[in-house]
Amino acid sequence: MKRLGLSGNYAVAYAVKMADVDVIAAYPITPQTTIVEKLSDFVANGELDAEYVNVESEHSAMSACVGASLTGARVFTATSSQGLAYMHEVLFMASALRTPIVMTNVNRALSAPLNIWNDHSDAMAERDSGWIQLWASSAQEALDTTIEAFKIAEDVLLPVMVNIDGFIVSHTYEPVTLPDEGEVKRYIPSKPLTNRLSPRLAYSVGVVGPPEYYYEMKYQAVDAMERSRQRIKEIEADFNRRFGKDYKDINAYYMEDAEYALLAMGSMTGTARVVAESLRRRGERAGVVSIRWFRPFPFERLAEILEGVRGIGVMDRAVTPGGPSNPLFVDVASGLYGMAERPVLQSFVAGLGGRDVSTDEFGMMFSKTKEAARSGRAGPCIYVGLRE
Amino acid sequence: MSSFEWSSGVWPDWCQGCGNFGIFTALRMALAEMGMDRKRVVLVSGIGCSGKIPHFVKATGVHALHGRSIPFATGIKIANPNLKVVVHGGDGDLLGIGMGHFVALGRRNPDILVMIHNNWVYGLTKGQASPTLGRGIRTKALAFPNINDPVNPILIGMASGYTFLARSYAYNAEHLKEVIKAGLSHRGAGAIEIIQPCPTWNNIVNMEWVAQNTQYLSGWDPVVASEDDLLKKMQEVMRLESMDKKQLGIIFENRFKETFEDRLASINGYYKDNPPARQRIEDEGSSLPVSMDKTFGRYMV
Ligand SMILES: Cc1ncc(C[n+]2csc(CCOP(=O)(O)OP(=O)(O)O)c2C)c(N)n1
Ligand code: SF4
Ligand SMILES: [Mg+2]
Repeated sequence: MKRLGLSGNYAVAYAVKMADVDVIAAYPITPQTTIVEKLSDFVANGELDAEYVNVESEHSAMSACVGASLTGARVFTATSSQGLAYMHEVLFMASALRTPIVMTNVNRALSAPLNIWNDHSDAMAERDSGWIQLWASSAQEALDTTIEAFKIAEDVLLPVMVNIDGFIVSHTYEPVTLPDEGEVKRYIPSKPLTNRLSPRLAYSVGVVGPPEYYYEMKYQAVDAMERSRQRIKEIEADFNRRFGKDYKDINAYYMEDAEYALLAMGSMTGTARVVAESLRRRGERAGVVSIRWFRPFPFERLAEILEGVRGIGVMDRAVTPGGPSNPLFVDVASGLYGMAERPVLQSFVAGLGGRDVSTDEFGMMFSKTKEAARSGRAGPCIYVGLRE
Repeated sequence: MSSFEWSSGVWPDWCQGCGNFGIFTALRMALAEMGMDRKRVVLVSGIGCSGKIPHFVKATGVHALHGRSIPFATGIKIANPNLKVVVHGGDGDLLGIGMGHFVALGRRNPDILVMIHNNWVYGLTKGQASPTLGRGIRTKALAFPNINDPVNPILIGMASGYTFLARSYAYNAEHLKEVIKAGLSHRGAGAIEIIQPCPTWNNIVNMEWVAQNTQYLSGWDPVVASEDDLLKKMQEVMRLESMDKKQLGIIFENRFKETFEDRLASINGYYKDNPPARQRIEDEGSSLPVSMDKTFGRYMV
């Protein structure tokens, strides 16, 4: 096993190389660019036998990916922010046409004002596009999750987006262990996908779906997403067994006896853990919950983990202006609605446009959550670190 | 007003030796020499190193989206045709991701001047090949030589209906200034392709390359003499543009075509005197009453 110092982006590029993809279509955008830059190196120096297409926009990148995937090729692209937003209409095509594309989305804020730093607005805006969304919060996890993503995508025939936090994960160098290449090949063998466009079959896809048919076709993608819950679990278990890992839909820290907890996605859960540890040393029963699969949303297991917990602070790094609350909060709240005894939920927004969230601010979020837990009542959403 | 008074005071953070400095200087000189009214100038830019220019010029600016500066500018111009609207963008921005809009602008011919900062690369995202980079060329960030053919903005502009087309060079601020002044004086859609060295990523298009591969037009009359002369002039431009060297100067000017503003006025008699930006949407603090009967009368049952 090889151990290298890699940035999150390079770790993704290594995973894509090991997955031996056939087609890469991409357009540069910060902080994604170094993924496809590295891949173009791999292709140019012969380490990866793939067609690398420099397209003129993300709209074209995703369109080329759909086309290539429809022929049965294994396809990869990566983007961020405006690039993901510009793919918007094609994302729905990709999921409805059941193309198992894997895409890394390096999370970055959306304009205006122009901002290249990290938040989750880009991915949240594509929540309903029918893509599976996985979240990785370290370079190692980015590599591993990308390999899993190919297996999942090709098994359930849905596209998979792997999210990593811009700069915090994408550009931070960490020691990364490369999995055994032969084992990766056995885990995701390159086999031509069936039920694809073929000159022998000569059929068309994407044709008009009138009201008599559209509904059923859309439902197939919904159903595939629902059924993917079980398959992802199995595929992840297989990955864990083969590569000695312990990935799950939700990572729970100190939750066995937690009275209250912070729930978040992505790299910020790391800071939350550090703060929770120091609270624990002071005898507080604080915990941290990190959501790794955002679509399909693992609400059943979330309810299990939160059994007996009195208060949850949900930290969103995106906003839903005018909504009942922000995107992660809304999912958590509706996911837990069926619980007999629900925890009190306190909403937080933090870190928009790359604004740092300090350990003190995490401390504040824990203490507000504790207050809500004890009083049984949550206040309105708290915008952490906002200058009035 | 001197050209310095057109500086916003924000520090331009382009790399040392970047051609964008020349464009910035020439633009300010042109605005100053023409005595332009600051209140009437709007700069709209795309995303890229080029797109930063509105930060540095003391005028109204909109830093739009990658590829979308032209439709933003078109909206501004339509709503307030009294403004002088100038678009700045990179070769990637205007001729790749935003190419559809570049073509649409020519078809409409509004009085908007587009400045293409052509450095043959995507400067801001670290040197990938742009749509103007020639096939077989390998600038320093490319893993292998470019396999796409380049586009020629002058020919695309001409085919799309632009009525002013020119090419200049960022390191020759005096020449560029004169070309910008001519472009700003022209009524209709104009495009200036500015050869803009990018010393950081384009190791091919440098001063020596420009000296060897360009030539200043002399004795060339860019102006379409009569409507019957248009086709002939276009053919001459085709010949000019197929020469080995890139021609610097004003290449094409057609003063016969109606602007988009004229076309709007021809279907809406009130447009020129009362464009959208001048229309009141409130009266002494309260919104103007809208008569639903009048607006939707014919749909009512
Ligand atoms: C939709 C979208 N995709 C990608 C980007 C990332 N991006 C920013 S600038 C740029 C290209 C810049 O090249 P060019 O337009 O030639 O401008 P230059 O930097 O060379 O002046 C790209 C791809 C973006 N901002 N928005
Ligand atoms: S990268 Fe090139 S275009 Fe951008 S500022 Fe530097 S020299 Fe200029
Ligand atoms: Mg450029």
